[in-house]
Amino acid sequence: MKSGSNLEKILKAGHFAFTGEVGPPRGANVEALREKVSYLKGNVDMANITDNQTAMVRMSSWAASMICMQEGVEPNFQMVCRDRNRLAMQADILGAYAHGIRNMLCLSGDHQQFGDHPQSKGVFDLDSMQLIGMVKKMRDEGKFLGGADIDVPPQIFIGAAANPFAEPFEWRVHRLAKKVAAGADFIQTQCVFNMGRIRDWVSQANDMGLTDKIAILPGITPMKSVGMAKYMKNKVPGMDVPDEIIKRLQGVDKKKVADEGIKIACEQIEEFKEMKGVAGVHLMAIEWEHKVPEIAERAGVLPRPEV
Amino acid sequence: MIVAERKPFDEIKNMVSGYKKVLTVGCGTCVAVCLAGGSKEVETLNAELNLAFGKDKIEFGAETVERQCDMEFLEELDSKVDEYDALVSMACGAGIQFLAERFPNKPVFPAVNTSFIGVNLDVGWYEEKCRACGTCVLGLTGGICPVTMCAKSLFNGPCGGTNQKSCEIDKEQPCAWYKIHERLAGQGRLDQIIEISPPNDWSNQKPRKIIQPGYEERVKALGR
Repeated sequence: MKSGSNLEKILKAGHFAFTGEVGPPRGANVEALREKVSYLKGNVDMANITDNQTAMVRMSSWAASMICMQEGVEPNFQMVCRDRNRLAMQADILGAYAHGIRNMLCLSGDHQQFGDHPQSKGVFDLDSMQLIGMVKKMRDEGKFLGGADIDVPPQIFIGAAANPFAEPFEWRVHRLAKKVAAGADFIQTQCVFNMGRIRDWVSQANDMGLTDKIAILPGITPMKSVGMAKYMKNKVPGMDVPDEIIKRLQGVDKKKVADEGIKIACEQIEEFKEMKGVAGVHLMAIEWEHKVPEIAERAGVLPRPEV
Repeated sequence: MIVAERKPFDEIKNMVSGYKKVLTVGCGTCVAVCLAGGSKEVETLNAELNLAFGKDKIEFGAETVERQCDMEFLEELDSKVDEYDALVSMACGAGIQFLAERFPNKPVFPAVNTSFIGVNLDVGWYEEKCRACGTCVLGLTGGICPVTMCAKSLFNGPCGGTNQKSCEIDKEQPCAWYKIHERLAGQGRLDQIIEISPPNDWSNQKPRKIIQPGYEERVKALGR
């Protein structure tokens, strides 16, 4: 065991992992956060706690991760390269580990221009690949990036993101290979809507032997409305929403669109359960946390195994 | 070259108001080429200032030296600045500071914002190309700078926001890493970016000096 986290144990035992996501509040509203987390309790193996997502200031991800833990859900502490230099990153990793955090997701972070402080200085001292390598060095070598010994190294299960949909497509699997080489233990992908693309990408990863070394959890986001689908297709960078998805949502009664969105998500999860090289799924029910119990139920991933 | 753009007129006007005699100093090198601070721009600025203040209120002089980043050329001004009570520099930030260092008793005001190290795309049209990070990786990245051309300065890009050949910040901005991949693929050199680039040595985080090999003794003798 690298970290002994619940997610690591689930994957090691060969269970199909099911992870969720919670965005910390835009303020110190602890009750709102506890409520969001409560919908995930018992329904997911671990919840990602986002780090100033879309470059908007929120409660810090490590602090919200601790509250998540208090509520009985294992957190996945997200860390972006935008807001911290290598000193602050290592300090927060030690602090988070000291408080019991065992999973991390290492990300570049959305550009600061998208958020509520577009004038800010983006740090990007390290990139996500280098952050992964740094956490691995801290864990496996017990050394800081600068080379000095760590007095009690942090045992972190290292996560990374992947976008299987961006161009050039043939480069995507090589980028995954780089993250494996850097030391990632698991991958959570960009929201999947184009199943053809991800089938090809996972099959390439299988052929390169990558899926033996890393657990891949495709990202699932149920569409709440036709407007959301169109927004994600046209406005969100890196998103690949095929027209069939929009047509399918448009084809049902207006009151049933959200239900159809969940149906599509469940169909995707069913396919991933059978897909060689896929170890689970990551559910990003954006501002829809209260639907997680229903989605988990309908996706047939309950009860979550105790490990 | 170093590319600059003139400051908003009102900002310049506010800085010099209250002085009687002001010398506007142009620079004949980078800022002249990029049409921000050469002798022509000195003339234009002075004409605008004269119009705004009236000739009897402030008198504006004009001088343009070859390079304000070189004491040899600033020396030409030694006999001229005494009669002025303030200087306006249209050089880049380096030139402005060297001018202020040459004449420490005179207030020196910047008339341009120094923007970037860049290239000439066409007359009046420039693009940033280098951040002077001090650790050049262009040999690995097909001659395209990821520090400058990637909005996040990623060494192992692209990020998840790469968007149909474009950067997530703007559809008009190409994704640097898409371009790097394209160029290296064309040269059959993709193996260059298979390896992980280690964390960068940001040597541009402190004031830097360079003494070229062979000049150490000379610098020592100067005692500076």
